[in-house]
Amino acid sequence: MTTQTRKSIFTRPEKPYVHPYFGGAVLGVVLFLALLLTGNGLGSSGATSRIDALIVDVISPSHVDNNPYLLKMAGGDKNPLDDWIVPVFFGALFGGFSSGFFNGRLKFMTTKGPNISDRTRWLMAFLGGVVFLYGARMARGCTSGQALTGGTTLAAGSWLVMFAIFGGAYGLAYFVRKFWN
Amino acid sequence: MNFPLPSLVAVSAANPWTYVLFGLIGFAFGFTLEMSGFGDSRKLAAQFYFTELTVLKVMFTAIVVAMVLTFGAVGLGYLDYSQVWVNPTYLWSGIIGGLIMGVGFIVGGFCPTTSLASASTGKIDGMMFMLGGFIGAFLFGETEQYFTNWYNNAGYYGRVTLDQVFGIPLGAVVLLVVLMALFMFWGSEQLERIFGKKDLSKEPKIRVVGASVLFVMALAVFLIGNPSLEEKYNKLTFTRTETIPQENADPIVNTHVYTANDMLSNRLVFITPAEAFKAKYNQIMNPIYLDVRSEADYNLYHIDDAINVPLERVTEIVPMLITEPPANSVFVVMSNDEAAAVQAWKILVASGVSNSYILEGGVNNWIAFFGKEDESLKVEVNPNAGDDQLKYVFPVALGNRYKSCSPNPVEYEELEFEAKIQLQLKRDKSGGGCG
Repeated sequence: MTTQTRKSIFTRPEKPYVHPYFGGAVLGVVLFLALLLTGNGLGSSGATSRIDALIVDVISPSHVDNNPYLLKMAGGDKNPLDDWIVPVFFGALFGGFSSGFFNGRLKFMTTKGPNISDRTRWLMAFLGGVVFLYGARMARGCTSGQALTGGTTLAAGSWLVMFAIFGGAYGLAYFVRKFWN
Repeated sequence: MNFPLPSLVAVSAANPWTYVLFGLIGFAFGFTLEMSGFGDSRKLAAQFYFTELTVLKVMFTAIVVAMVLTFGAVGLGYLDYSQVWVNPTYLWSGIIGGLIMGVGFIVGGFCPTTSLASASTGKIDGMMFMLGGFIGAFLFGETEQYFTNWYNNAGYYGRVTLDQVFGIPLGAVVLLVVLMALFMFWGSEQLERIFGKKDLSKEPKIRVVGASVLFVMALAVFLIGNPSLEEKYNKLTFTRTETIPQENADPIVNTHVYTANDMLSNRLVFITPAEAFKAKYNQIMNPIYLDVRSEADYNLYHIDDAINVPLERVTEIVPMLITEPPANSVFVVMSNDEAAAVQAWKILVASGVSNSYILEGGVNNWIAFFGKEDESLKVEVNPNAGDDQLKYVFPVALGNRYKSCSPNPVEYEELEFEAKIQLQLKRDKSGGGCG
């Protein structure tokens, strides 16, 4: 055990990650409690489009009125943030921060493969985010809302989405190997 | 106690605790993702080069643990599966969207929720992914209009679950998925040994115990099976409010809780032809008339808009009734008299179809009420009609082409009836899932 005293939140002793099976089991219990209490599972990508809808609604309400997709979330006096997924989103941000805090992993850094520069990694992360969320909205859910939650509730479509995600990633992995290895 | 709790299925300003609860769920979600190492893109990307299969291990452990617990609770009758959000199947947008996500995953190194865990712990690439995500979701909103028909209709199957696809019981699917997951865990460890040069002897032995416990629990889920419709029916409760107007004061509102059999014996689910007809012109509800008689009777005479679902086929359409129609749908079941309709109603409510009612006196009563002034309807009373049989003799099968099948709303503008329908909005369907 380290007896090092805490100087700032950034110098907490860094603890190792938990074992994957243990982390998975805890996540499974969280998901079960969510389904049991609320009938909803976990998710986050829906919140991204709802926050987008809010921004568009503030900047240009008339644009919302001309876009059926946004209209469903932010039309009329609807508040796009009035959905269960929004508190889950902000909760997850705070939860990730807290785990980082307690385990000494709060640190400004870039996680990347050994052979690419920080800037390239940032660009790739940005592009990956654009592509991923575009696909997530098309599939009506991401790895959490479809693969994890739909996988658990045995939704047939969600299992297909899950296989498609892994299929897409494995299919391209060879061609982008220099980003990671 | 019946789960999920009705007051918690959606966030609402009327119940601020729902924000706290969903916030806590999110907190636990983000916390577990970060502590499993998903704030680091290298750990995620390693999955696709077989050097470290943490993604698969965490994800499938979570799925099987949650699945065993969830279907255990369903099997023991604590959790109502029909009230659990099941992502509807949109075959093509799901597959194409999934492939696109895979590209984003390997290029960006995160998925949306893991990018939250990453960004919140100061990883700059996680922040960039989040930022890109906002752009990507925005672009989808802007471009959806160009393929909206494909997006909303291509390969749409509604609420389809794996047990229906394979035609086996839910418990069997759970057991098979657990076995598949255990095999995948074993396979992942072999891959890590080969590609990641990992020393498996350092892995904790307790994982074998965990796998055994999981298997035993899955076996138990399989053996318990699902509660029968009858068991579900006997556990049902209905909450009705009764408003008593007061002079010079606010009306008194009483709340009563009834069992399903109470609802029948107190005639609370029987609506008169007048109420069934007026529901069509009521803005707040969307009535769906289910005619559970034989096709022959249906062809002789049926009310306009009624859908013919013979009693023996009612269970088949339940999944559709749970997901397809809008949340304010009111189902009005009818037979010639009431016997078959009561049977159908029991199946519907036990299966979790809310807002189900029975047409009082059935089609016979409808004809007696609206047929009085219908000159086009020339029928004689059949003196030999048995219980729940059509009381009239029809010379030809004209279906809904009598005037009384769709009474004129102007003619029947003033109708007196005691309103029995109390609309229950259990779930805003657009609010479920990630959508």
